[in-house]
Amino acid sequence: METPLLAIRDLHLTMSSFDGHAHVLNGIELTVRRGEIWGLVGESGCGKSLTGLSISRLLPSPPARYLRGEIRFEGRDMLKLPISAVEALRGKRIGMIFQDPTTNLNPAYRIGEQLVDVALAAASHDPTILDCPPRVGRRERKRAARRLAAAMLDRVGIPNPEARLDNYPHEFSGGMRQRVLIAMALIGRPDLLIADEPTTALDVSVQAQILKLLKGTVADHDIGVILITHNLGVVAQTCTHVAVMYAGNIVESGPVAEVIERPAHPYTRALMAAIPTKETRRGALQGLGGTVPNLIAPPPGCRFAPRCPLAIPACTRALPPAVDVGAGHAAACIRVEEERAAAHA
Amino acid sequence: MPEPILVIDNVSKVYPGRRGMFGRSAEVQALKGVSISVDRGESFGLVGESGSGKTTLTRSILHLEQPTSGRILFEGRDLATLSGAELRRLRARVQIVFQDPYASLNPRMTVQDIVTEPMVVHQDVLGLNGRQRTERAAELLSLVGLGPQHLRRFPHEFSGGQRQRICIARALASGPELLLLDEPTSALDVSVQAQVLNLLCDLQDRLGLTYFFISHDLAVVRYLCSRVALIYRGELVEEGETAQIFDAPETEYAQMLIGAMPEVAVPSAGRPSTPMT
Repeated sequence: METPLLAIRDLHLTMSSFDGHAHVLNGIELTVRRGEIWGLVGESGCGKSLTGLSISRLLPSPPARYLRGEIRFEGRDMLKLPISAVEALRGKRIGMIFQDPTTNLNPAYRIGEQLVDVALAAASHDPTILDCPPRVGRRERKRAARRLAAAMLDRVGIPNPEARLDNYPHEFSGGMRQRVLIAMALIGRPDLLIADEPTTALDVSVQAQILKLLKGTVADHDIGVILITHNLGVVAQTCTHVAVMYAGNIVESGPVAEVIERPAHPYTRALMAAIPTKETRRGALQGLGGTVPNLIAPPPGCRFAPRCPLAIPACTRALPPAVDVGAGHAAACIRVEEERAAAHA
Repeated sequence: MPEPILVIDNVSKVYPGRRGMFGRSAEVQALKGVSISVDRGESFGLVGESGSGKTTLTRSILHLEQPTSGRILFEGRDLATLSGAELRRLRARVQIVFQDPYASLNPRMTVQDIVTEPMVVHQDVLGLNGRQRTERAAELLSLVGLGPQHLRRFPHEFSGGQRQRICIARALASGPELLLLDEPTSALDVSVQAQVLNLLCDLQDRLGLTYFFISHDLAVVRYLCSRVALIYRGELVEEGETAQIFDAPETEYAQMLIGAMPEVAVPSAGRPSTPMT
């Protein structure tokens, strides 16, 4: 069997704070293959972004400390690689897009200069990116990088890319800046793209365009994507697979159609019931009571148990393992089996 | 037929260009002849993307911004003709809840100070003494699902959803009839958003409030509002009953916007549609 692009196994992460150590990732398991778009969903503070940042080793240590587990990118454990080797992957093999397009571009440099920088850095690792003969002069390489930058802007749908290279970030709108960031993330031809809330700050019409662009990129280049979002609608429309996170655990995962149509974990169901749909009558929306647990002293057993409508005493005894419910769909709930049986009866 | 509580009559707003070192920048036409009428007791949704003029219109309703032309009538009275004192009295009856509950509460004031402040400002309308104000603050907190035990606390001790509840209690403190809700749930998680939306429904049923709900989240507007207006680049493009607009949008812009809505359902394309088992 081929090595998956990314395999996270039993990842445990703590963050130290003044109040103690918060156990923020509690045994994450995730496998991403080429051609897959994994949606990582959950509410604020559930560990989605920390999972994304861990993959490219962007968390400073301290306060971050990995207790155990591994993050294998094409078989190599990112946690054991020297930081120079990780840096050789970042921006080249692993691309990242962050939420806020306004703070992730340097306002003092032209868009073109920033894109050329990334392209040249990526070319030092893989010279074929620039598409120019080996051992040409620096000036020639720079010219090639600029051509590539313009081509990338064109691909992400920025009109008149040649001229736009000489613009500064403030001359672009929010949606345009996010496209520039996507172009920047894709310029090094990454194999894995981690997009952390790439459309949260944008209007729905721009969001739809960006998501379409993301899907097109996966289809054209056969890369793997992790799309971090809190919007289940975005996941349903974009992703092939989804992992639902709650308080540092993946509580449910599987192909997107399976999970959306047959949610097995009570948290996933609660999350879906909280979103107003066409059929929701006024006043009939179901909120989820209670609050996210304190991760410095998490509740025993299943971390969702204190808010769970199905909780029984056994739930607080041990962290429930992921139970396979068919078609690659798994849920970490001890009551999944009996729920299923009841549904079929 | 219910009388309109708020009438926006052909309102335009032009921001003059700024004079800078390199000459004058172009003027900005933020609103172009917008007319809307909101009935008493209804929930009216205003939907638009960023830069569409939503905020300018909201600020105009509060008379924080003077329209370049056109009139804004609250209960038939033109805001522009009111004196300062009359305007202040009117503001007791029109209140607003802002988008970001983290930025709209003063971190150095207790919840009691925050909720009683509008009662102090509108003392001449409400005529409450100190003890009555505290009692009313406690009532308001229980109305929004908090309790009198929260009065002495500070904003940082509350979660986002609780803070938005405090903002709603503050907005209700002066006894308003019209509540402007400027994206009140877009900074909140979905589970908390659901709680706040339910609270808004409940408060409207109990207090007979009129909502002017500003949002870019179509799903939320569809859930809460009975009528909707779509605004694009300062112009009203479509207005009507919520169900009608969502089911059969007439203009191209409305069709595009509603089509771009990410619904929590698996798209049917490329996959045989299976009936629910």
